[in-house]
Amino acid sequence: MLDLAKYPSIGAALKDALQAFAGEVCLMEADREREKERLTYREFALRGHPLARTLQDAGFAAGDRAAIVMTNQSKWLISAYAIFFRGGVLVPLDYKLTPDEQWQLLAHSGASVLVTEYPIWRQLVASAGRAAATNLKSIYVTEVPANAELSGAQRWESALEATTEPTFVPRTRKEVATIVYSSGTGGRPKGCMMLHENYLEQCVALTSLYPFAPGFRYLSILPTNHAIDFMVGFFGPFICGAAVVHLRTLRPEFVREAFVKYKVTYVSLVPLVLKNLQKGLQARFDALTPGKRRVFNLLVALNKALTKSQPRLGLSRRLLGQVHAAFGGELRAIIVGGAFTEPQTLQFFYDLGIPVANGYGLTEAGTAITVNDLHPFRADTVGKPLPGMEVRIVDAGADGIGEIYVRSKTVMSGYLNEPELTAETIVDGWLKTGDLGRFDSTGHLQLFGRKKNMIVTEEGKNIYPEDIEAVFDSLPVKEFCVFAANYIWPQRSMVGEQLVLVIHLEPGLVFTEELRKNISFLNGRLLNYKRIHGIVVFDEDFPRTASLKIKRNVLAERLGGLDREKVILSL
Amino acid sequence: MRTVDQTTQEILDLASKHFNVPAGTLAPDDDFFKKLGIDSLQTLELLSRIENHFGIELPDYEVQGVSDFRTLASRIQSRL
Repeated sequence: MLDLAKYPSIGAALKDALQAFAGEVCLMEADREREKERLTYREFALRGHPLARTLQDAGFAAGDRAAIVMTNQSKWLISAYAIFFRGGVLVPLDYKLTPDEQWQLLAHSGASVLVTEYPIWRQLVASAGRAAATNLKSIYVTEVPANAELSGAQRWESALEATTEPTFVPRTRKEVATIVYSSGTGGRPKGCMMLHENYLEQCVALTSLYPFAPGFRYLSILPTNHAIDFMVGFFGPFICGAAVVHLRTLRPEFVREAFVKYKVTYVSLVPLVLKNLQKGLQARFDALTPGKRRVFNLLVALNKALTKSQPRLGLSRRLLGQVHAAFGGELRAIIVGGAFTEPQTLQFFYDLGIPVANGYGLTEAGTAITVNDLHPFRADTVGKPLPGMEVRIVDAGADGIGEIYVRSKTVMSGYLNEPELTAETIVDGWLKTGDLGRFDSTGHLQLFGRKKNMIVTEEGKNIYPEDIEAVFDSLPVKEFCVFAANYIWPQRSMVGEQLVLVIHLEPGLVFTEELRKNISFLNGRLLNYKRIHGIVVFDEDFPRTASLKIKRNVLAERLGGLDREKVILSL
Repeated sequence: MRTVDQTTQEILDLASKHFNVPAGTLAPDDDFFKKLGIDSLQTLELLSRIENHFGIELPDYEVQGVSDFRTLASRIQSRL
């Protein structure tokens, strides 16, 4: 591993990594069962440098912003490297957003360069949102079919034809490296300005617990624009000389195959996928004959007893060989993130000798705040603070539960173009997370719901009510507002979070089946994970500010006095 | 060559079978997430089944944002 203390920026560290590990494999890419690409660090540089030169020739310079909207693939990482090489600021966008949302964030970020792939570009072109992204000068699109219309873009592959060496543009630790959108496709985009220092420090902390080395293989499934995959699916493995495996399809059967084929060392998953894996394994265990099942249960019990204080990978692989073989036999840990994972799921895997590195974090804090250090494994907590991370519980009640505040060199510098929001979120150097937690007597953090009005789905999606309200604009009601149900009625729980639509009917009108159908129809226009789960009919005028904005916190307090079970109508 | 309506009907049949829903309860414009109560991963499972049935490969991006059977059928039809 490179000594990151010596490096001022992501770009400088990556540049040296490409030389230090030149002969090692860094990328493998497969489409279903077909391997499409395998690159060494040397070959990676042979693509990254010409691209950097093309950016340079196009006038891309220090501090300029470049967005990537791509699925997980080798060209994502090559493009990111070229952007950092030129001292640029990377804007990684979620490829699952709608084209309108992507244009909105492209405009908000001020990106002058866009790197994307053809299927996404085709949809972006069809959207009217393009007019808003006035800063955009250069667009590079990968895998464009031979005679396809480029609509003002250039072929990414042609950008690799530059033959002159690019000029490396140095950056300092305190300069912005990326703008990562933690939310905000609605009214108020939250673009977290992450510094080079944030990544360098986080990487040192994480690799101290979960090291990478040449020969290690990370299976990249979480979108690379996500803070976790960017760290453990790009920067972390690269500065250690490890390899990243990309799959062009995330069908469960091909993911399962990839574990075995590539002998995966680490993988990051969202809780939904982890639970799906658990379900699949459980079904196989249940199908064992009674005799085999008894033996299997005994082996699991033995493994559990022998790994109580710490994981013993070699031993677990011998005891439960078949289970481990299904994961390729080299798996050291499954990293789970993006949302809260239920303890029973974590324990299920740990008992099989597959440690799950669960933790707690948010983009604003630079990926992870706490991580389970496995000494011992504690499924009922999200682990201890990472090295360099100061965490305190503020305004704790008698039960010790309060808001989690974080101070660290990994905390973002602020939200892009939102000084007020930044000042509300980072106070005296402490990041107010809006999450509720408590430390137990051994220093492990436990989570107990949120103070903020948002939900996180099992797929790791942060949903802010403000972002989805526009879809209900045409409703024939006096006023409406969307809330996270747990914000109104705190549950001290991280599971089963749902959104509810609160409506105030016009005077004299009653809630009808027709209105319910109308709401249901509009709800269907939202992506499935953004939908509301219930309706609350409220009889009073919503409290508003002088500028007529809804005072959400006051309204939530009033609603909180109602009986949750009785007032939420199903859709 | 199948018509879009035939493709749609075959998809509805496959979905009914895969998720154990009585035949005839699903309609082309149904939101399959809602109607079947499934998540994105289960949708991918259904997709694999559909691919095997029609003998095609449908890249993940083709079904990005699709949530009703009719649209799904049109994406498949274009690859038949």
